[in-house]
Amino acid sequence: MAEATTPASVSAASGVPSAADTKKQTEQINKGRRRIAWAFIWGYLGVNLLMFLRFFFPRALYEPNTVFNIGYPADFALGIDQRYLMTNRVWVVREPDRLFVIFARCTHLGCTPEWKSTENKFKCPCHGSGYDNEGVNFEGPAPRPMDRAFVVLDPTGKVTVDTSRLFVDDPRAGVNHFNDVGAFLNV
Amino acid sequence: MAEDNAGNGRKPGVLDQVQELKETIQAKAKEQVEDLKQPEKTQLYRSIFRVKHDAEPRNRALSVLSNVFFHLHPAKVNRDAVRYNFTWGMGGITFYLFVVLTFTGVLLMFYYHPTKIQAFRDILYLENDVPFGKLLRNMHRWAAHLMIVAVWLHMFRVFLTGSYKRPREFNWCVGVLLLVLTLLLSFTGYLLPDDQLGFWAVTVGTNMARATPLLGNEGPFGSMMGMTPYNDVRFALLGGSIVDANALLRAYIWHCIAIPLIAAVFMILHFWRVRKDGGISGPSPVMLESEIKEEKGPRPVVLRPSGMDMHNR
Repeated sequence: MAEATTPASVSAASGVPSAADTKKQTEQINKGRRRIAWAFIWGYLGVNLLMFLRFFFPRALYEPNTVFNIGYPADFALGIDQRYLMTNRVWVVREPDRLFVIFARCTHLGCTPEWKSTENKFKCPCHGSGYDNEGVNFEGPAPRPMDRAFVVLDPTGKVTVDTSRLFVDDPRAGVNHFNDVGAFLNV
Repeated sequence: MAEDNAGNGRKPGVLDQVQELKETIQAKAKEQVEDLKQPEKTQLYRSIFRVKHDAEPRNRALSVLSNVFFHLHPAKVNRDAVRYNFTWGMGGITFYLFVVLTFTGVLLMFYYHPTKIQAFRDILYLENDVPFGKLLRNMHRWAAHLMIVAVWLHMFRVFLTGSYKRPREFNWCVGVLLLVLTLLLSFTGYLLPDDQLGFWAVTVGTNMARATPLLGNEGPFGSMMGMTPYNDVRFALLGGSIVDANALLRAYIWHCIAIPLIAAVFMILHFWRVRKDGGISGPSPVMLESEIKEEKGPRPVVLRPSGMDMHNR
């Protein structure tokens, strides 16, 4: 801007009649083009940043399917069944009147607890949370019972489980979805 | 040349050139023979290898300033800067450990595959069969632990000596970023052995990311932002919803390439800024009276590092 105003002041001193016009013209430098150029540059960088961030979210996952079939309810004896723990991270719990599926993730910080059949409890090896044989916390830092996965009988009478649909019982928040439809099966 | 010829009224011909060459060629040949006799006197030699100069202050300063490796160190160092009971040398030790970690880390990369099947096998291979593999792995491990300790002690020293104060506020912030990067390097390295300890540590660590405000599926306002276990910040870190092959590969790339590069850039900034702010040590740099801007209220106190006080020592 300093250079731009100098010719105007010089011409004003020399008495050129159009001095005021020249000054006006130099002050009205067309900034439109540089604004457009900068808009393109920032837009380009911004779009690239968004692409960069999107890049970190894969579309296809090579993980175990969250929806899977565990067979007939009658396949399970009373108590805790660990058949699907290694493959799908769930325990199937059969009680006299109902069957439900516990998602094997500690509600403290997400480790997989162990089923201690001799002590009749689940115990998390990371920070010592303990859960009873229904997955309800009674010791350690866990804030709430372990979540239960969605269960439904398919037309052939087999049980389909979906671990992407979890039912939460959080006494502190005052919500209990363990008796909702889909949280258990009557058997 | 053109003007001379115009004055003479004739253009230079081939004959003139030959004549000129005849006069100079002998001198040139003699010069080259002399060079061959004493190659260390040639300009080429002197441009590559260091030459002895008279030990004047100016030459000393120039030899430092004109050499990239010496250039990293200031030409003159404050007396306090070499007093270990003042600086503890923790910044330098941290940098030294970073160099050790880079070197041993690159060597470890020659024997490590970041895949689920091979990662832990490679650890066993490094521990038991690779020549000096156990030594390398332990050097990497202990240097990593020591670097964390050294970074904290460095920060503690800077805090105790008040070196975070004006004009070093910016460098303190850069230092805090470097601390975070150091911790992230440590954390990403934790998963790489793919053993039980690292696996569950990363499980726990990334589960905390679920609770990130806005960006985590279990964090405050997370569900309002539409976060699920399949699109939140934890998902981006792990490359999936569980700690699996993608997470291992991502930890590897962050650990070996991305974070070291970012940390190196910030280290350059950090070291440059140390010198720009008046050198290391010392609670406050020397300021000339004339440099102090008049401010309303009481005059700022001019503090000098003890070694810089001209009158008492």
